Amino acid sequence: MSTTRRGFLATAGVAAAQDLAHAQEHGHSHQVVPSDPALRVKSLESLLVEKGLVDRAALDALVDMYEHKIGPRNGARIVAKAWVDPAYKQRLLTNASAAIAELGYTGLQGEHMLVVENTPQVHNLVVCTLCSCYPWPVLGLPPVWYKSAPYRSRAVIDPRGVLREFGLELPEATEVRVWDSTAELRYLVLPERPAGSEKLGEEALAALVTRDAMVGVAKVAPIKPGARA
Amino acid sequence: MNGIHDMGGMHGMGPIEAEKNEPVFHARWEGRVYALNRATGAWGKWNLDASRHSREVIPPAEYLRMSYYEKWLAGMIGLLVQTGLVTQAEVDSGKPAPGSAKATPRLTPAMVPQMVSRGIPAIRDESVSPRFRTGQRVRARNMHPVGHTRLPRYARGKFGIIERDHGPYVFPDSNAHFQGEKPQHVYSVRFAAQELWGQQASPRDSVYIDMWDNYLEPA
Repeated sequence: MSTTRRGFLATAGVAAAQDLAHAQEHGHSHQVVPSDPALRVKSLESLLVEKGLVDRAALDALVDMYEHKIGPRNGARIVAKAWVDPAYKQRLLTNASAAIAELGYTGLQGEHMLVVENTPQVHNLVVCTLCSCYPWPVLGLPPVWYKSAPYRSRAVIDPRGVLREFGLELPEATEVRVWDSTAELRYLVLPERPAGSEKLGEEALAALVTRDAMVGVAKVAPIKPGARA
Repeated sequence: MNGIHDMGGMHGMGPIEAEKNEPVFHARWEGRVYALNRATGAWGKWNLDASRHSREVIPPAEYLRMSYYEKWLAGMIGLLVQTGLVTQAEVDSGKPAPGSAKATPRLTPAMVPQMVSRGIPAIRDESVSPRFRTGQRVRARNMHPVGHTRLPRYARGKFGIIERDHGPYVFPDSNAHFQGEKPQHVYSVRFAAQELWGQQASPRDSVYIDMWDNYLEPA
């Protein structure tokens, strides 16, 4: 945050704005206020368990699934398969939910999937300006930046500026398509297969694919000549 | 509602801060909030749209101050109390009211994998006729409902083209308020960036927004 803005907020003397400034200085507000929500959640959980409304083991199972089983490695496998298998890619672009289900990735927040393809002419970028909609079965739970006010506010009005902040400068001639996830459709970007990856198999290709490339804030980096995959 | 959650196009929110090697949950309590949402949601007392709305009604200054899972926590407590699963007094004390009946959890550990992999589809096969067709020029309605809506402010009154008909989906504006699913067609509508933002935007760029029938009028 700029000193000018910090100065303004201090002069304004608004408690909430100062809290926000404080949170922004630390990057993520949940790191600023760790103890209070932790205690409140603990108290709520024991209340719900005591009332017989929730089963603690079910909570453990849910946390375990999202920490260990559901994440961007799933999406990377989809992308790699689409790169090596033209028929699969076709199915993915025409009926994404079914094509993704072929690899076993289905369910919460991926019930209705769409895949949008990046090409040398078109770059796709996904956002949810209204909350935090994100394709969980293929990318896992969203990172903090995706859910943050800066990304949600700017991705639609200044996509090229946002991409620049992620280190991606697009040529003027490239068409940028921003997908605002306002309904129950969930979007996965199919990135361009990087130069130098022609000899790689599906598994090695999957290892190249990043979460950011599947949201559309990055490209999959080209492979340097001579580098071994 | 014209709330702070409807952020598309706002200025002044600062730079995007991406964390390297970010964990799924930054603290144990975040994972518990996520899981408690699912486990209490299994009681079927509310729906996804009501759940989104429960976070939109957080006062704006608080909304901006709170972290993501604090908002989830606040929204969930709101729904738990509103639907009568717990009372505010129980939330405050952390103890069940004396003499209250003990329930049996709806979500068991064995049910978790299937619950996650089945999901909660929002598409409906009821035969609802679409009011618009692919390729048609439309205008997003200039409307400002005080309840839940998924029509972002930055698109209201703007002209776009129907790119694709996704079929009939549960209508969030009614469903969030427990007034029925009222399925209607959802379309992918393409808006030229310059239509939304004027000359400062690139003439090549566009924003695709998924919109229900009720959000649109012929143009």
